[in-house]
Amino acid sequence: MASADGGAYSFSLTTFSPSGKLVQIEHALAAVSAGTTSLGIKASNGIVIATEKKTSSILIDDSMLDKVAVVCPNIGIVYSGMGPDFRVLIAKARKSAQAYWKIYGEYPPTRVLTQELATVMQQATQSGGVRPYGVSLLVAGWDINRGPSLYQVDPSGSFWAWKASAIGKNMVNAKTFLEKRYNDDISLEDAIHTALLTLKEGFEGQMTEKTIEIGIVTVPSAAELEEGKIGGETGRPKPTFRKLTEEEVRDYLAL
Amino acid sequence: MSIMENNGGSVIAMVGKECVAIACDLRLGNQALGVSSDFQKIFPVTDRIFLGLPGLGTDVTTLKELFRFRVNMYTIKEEREIEPETFAHLVSSTLYEHRFGPYFIEPVMAGLSKTPSGGFKPFIAATDLIGCLNFAKDFVVAGTASSKLFGVAEGLWEPDLEPEDLFETISQTIMNAVDRDAYSGWGCIVHVITKDQIVTRTLKARMD
Repeated sequence: MASADGGAYSFSLTTFSPSGKLVQIEHALAAVSAGTTSLGIKASNGIVIATEKKTSSILIDDSMLDKVAVVCPNIGIVYSGMGPDFRVLIAKARKSAQAYWKIYGEYPPTRVLTQELATVMQQATQSGGVRPYGVSLLVAGWDINRGPSLYQVDPSGSFWAWKASAIGKNMVNAKTFLEKRYNDDISLEDAIHTALLTLKEGFEGQMTEKTIEIGIVTVPSAAELEEGKIGGETGRPKPTFRKLTEEEVRDYLAL
Repeated sequence: MSIMENNGGSVIAMVGKECVAIACDLRLGNQALGVSSDFQKIFPVTDRIFLGLPGLGTDVTTLKELFRFRVNMYTIKEEREIEPETFAHLVSSTLYEHRFGPYFIEPVMAGLSKTPSGGFKPFIAATDLIGCLNFAKDFVVAGTASSKLFGVAEGLWEPDLEPEDLFETISQTIMNAVDRDAYSGWGCIVHVITKDQIVTRTLKARMD
């Protein structure tokens, strides 16, 4: 960047600046950093993803807001950044999961779905007439191969697997906090509390079941797996990702 | 004359105790005229899955290559080998893509699938030419000798056969069935899949 406004290279999405940067992607990351904090923690027996839900006015009906989305029975996503962009990505993710089901008769592994989403986001950095997606995602899911896994996808289309990560406003502080709190044999219950504690660090206003959203991945037991394999041909396997209800969130906040 | 009988050929798969077997004949004909006695219709998909493709000869070759392509792409993308159940759905959806101009093939597959506890479970399945799946616990048949294969298998197959007994059963079944079919025969190939090895044997048969 040559000047404060970004210079000549900040307009064309697909032109590298002399220093090797694509400035529009950096701006997209700035949009993410302006978004509300979201985080994910992988526990020994599951994953928790959580986010802060902010409304600009008390008159807004917050039951409409959905920041943690279910993609398919084994995968859920939370975002920081621009809500409308997230909606588009979720629609694509759900479509991709169903397309996978139509071919293979099962839902995609977390890694495959993440890769697909990352491809969509990458394409928005190399196509004409579009802008990059203004969101970072935390994708949490369970599959028989890799077990529970947590991925982060950025506007550039790059993705990583994390044990714990945070995105959006205060992400640097939240990550430092998580680094201090995290250990490999943390249980899901403990992880949910750590998640709430981390959110609390940078929280503006009151943390209630209306301003917090949580999604969890659970790991099926050996017996459930054996059962699912039989029901798998005709029936539906039991979901491994679900959103916590307002009542459940309230109970966790009370503790 | 039906296009399914143009080149002839048959495949059968059977379940045993912690093993599966799949067998095909070796004939390729042009209607009643025998052309080749070395036309295999069974192809390995992974170390633990075999796919049999009886039907129109040209589609045997085409589908063999198509499934090789799709399974290779799957293996690279997912960084793992495909499971038999998943592969069966892939076969089904691939054939249904051509619902209104189908490949003239009725696939039969056999393999061992991994159980969540780390063991192996026998798996066999067959589909019609537009991909309607048939999961069976005993045996599946397809091809020009399918009606005869059904009859003999009904008589010879029993549950929990050991690999050697399963080989004998499937061999007797296919040999006797194809002898009663003018469009199948001219030798057979049998694969027996167990958790630690695959035994492949070629059978000599009547050449008339």
